[in-house]
Amino acid sequence: MKIAILSGKGGTGKTLVSVNLAAVSEKATYIDCDVEEANGHLFFKPQWVQEESIAVKIPEVDEGLCDGCRKCVDFCKFNALAYILNKLKIFEEICHSCGGCLLVCPQKALTEKDKVIGIIKKGISNNVTIYSGLLNTGEPSGVPIINRLLSKNHLLENKLTIIDCPPGSACVVMESIKDADYCILVAEPTLFGVHNLNMVYQLVKLFEKPFGVVLNKCTEDDNPAEKFCYENNIKILGKIPFDSKLGTLNSNGEIIVNIDEKYKEIFSSLLDTVIKEVRYETVANP
Amino acid sequence: MKIAIPVENKTLDSSVNPSFGRAPYFLIYDVNTKESTFIENTAATSTGGAGIKAAQIIVDNKVNAVLSLQLGENAAAVLKDANIKIYKTTDVSIKGNIEAFINERLSFLDEIHAGFHGRRR
Repeated sequence: MKIAILSGKGGTGKTLVSVNLAAVSEKATYIDCDVEEANGHLFFKPQWVQEESIAVKIPEVDEGLCDGCRKCVDFCKFNALAYILNKLKIFEEICHSCGGCLLVCPQKALTEKDKVIGIIKKGISNNVTIYSGLLNTGEPSGVPIINRLLSKNHLLENKLTIIDCPPGSACVVMESIKDADYCILVAEPTLFGVHNLNMVYQLVKLFEKPFGVVLNKCTEDDNPAEKFCYENNIKILGKIPFDSKLGTLNSNGEIIVNIDEKYKEIFSSLLDTVIKEVRYETVANP
Repeated sequence: MKIAIPVENKTLDSSVNPSFGRAPYFLIYDVNTKESTFIENTAATSTGGAGIKAAQIIVDNKVNAVLSLQLGENAAAVLKDANIKIYKTTDVSIKGNIEAFINERLSFLDEIHAGFHGRRR
């Protein structure tokens, strides 16, 4: 069972929900797909057991073969190639590794070389196996790292896989939820929160994923995110209170379900609800 | 001696465009013959790498110098490889900048920005 946790903006509580769901389960794999700012490991403090470099392919030119026809320059939609004073110039940071320039080169002057863009690490912390992706600063896209993080072997290691997504609704998030059985949308009780919730709501609908919402930072006041859920018939999976104790423990890198009984209850029941939802979905929409 | 300036419109009375890669047009001005040609910047609508493509257009027009308010690092790399000098415009007037260039009153553009690719430096 693969559960993805996402939200339209950063700081809503994706990692809080992801880490605590994994921690409260019997056994789980936690995958940190927020490769630009992976932070789940700060809570698990795992013992790292494996590390792997992730590389993408970028073009390299054989100047002896290149006759300056510029087919590659014209082809590249990202403008990663320029032809200056009879020399092909390749902008590695602009290249999106599509390989198209190789295909259009009539002289076969282009070949591909590996360029390392980041790493993935595997770690163990009690009942949780952790996979973290780390994209090097300045790289345009974390998609290749996420793709490797979510490779079949990692997903099948344990029955329960928690996928902690990057914020927003862009390519990196689409890549992260692609194979998920269920999506949890975490929302804040503000108008801004509703706007961001709507973004990921549209995304999961587009991907036809079963989903529900966790309302975080709930106070006694009106909750616009809750109202949005009622208006759109969205299942509310659970609520987390706006609580300075929780905030403090979380800021100190503690996993609250290991410390506080009340939160252990909240996250256990959230996990049960989600598991029931997924089972229902597999029966209703196999 | 040919110079290029990113401009708002296809007339000498128009103004200098603050962006290089995303400027709608370039003025190519021949200092010797005083001939001016306006070319469309087909790079302006690129989803990415507009500066590189715009600089390629400038290189292909065999320009000797570019007059611009600012320039990204990738565009600058292309122009430098082509030995094209980069000067900083002083105001929005196209004619004023041409005159300043001819009278050697323009200084080299030495602040190259890191591009607007969402990167923090």
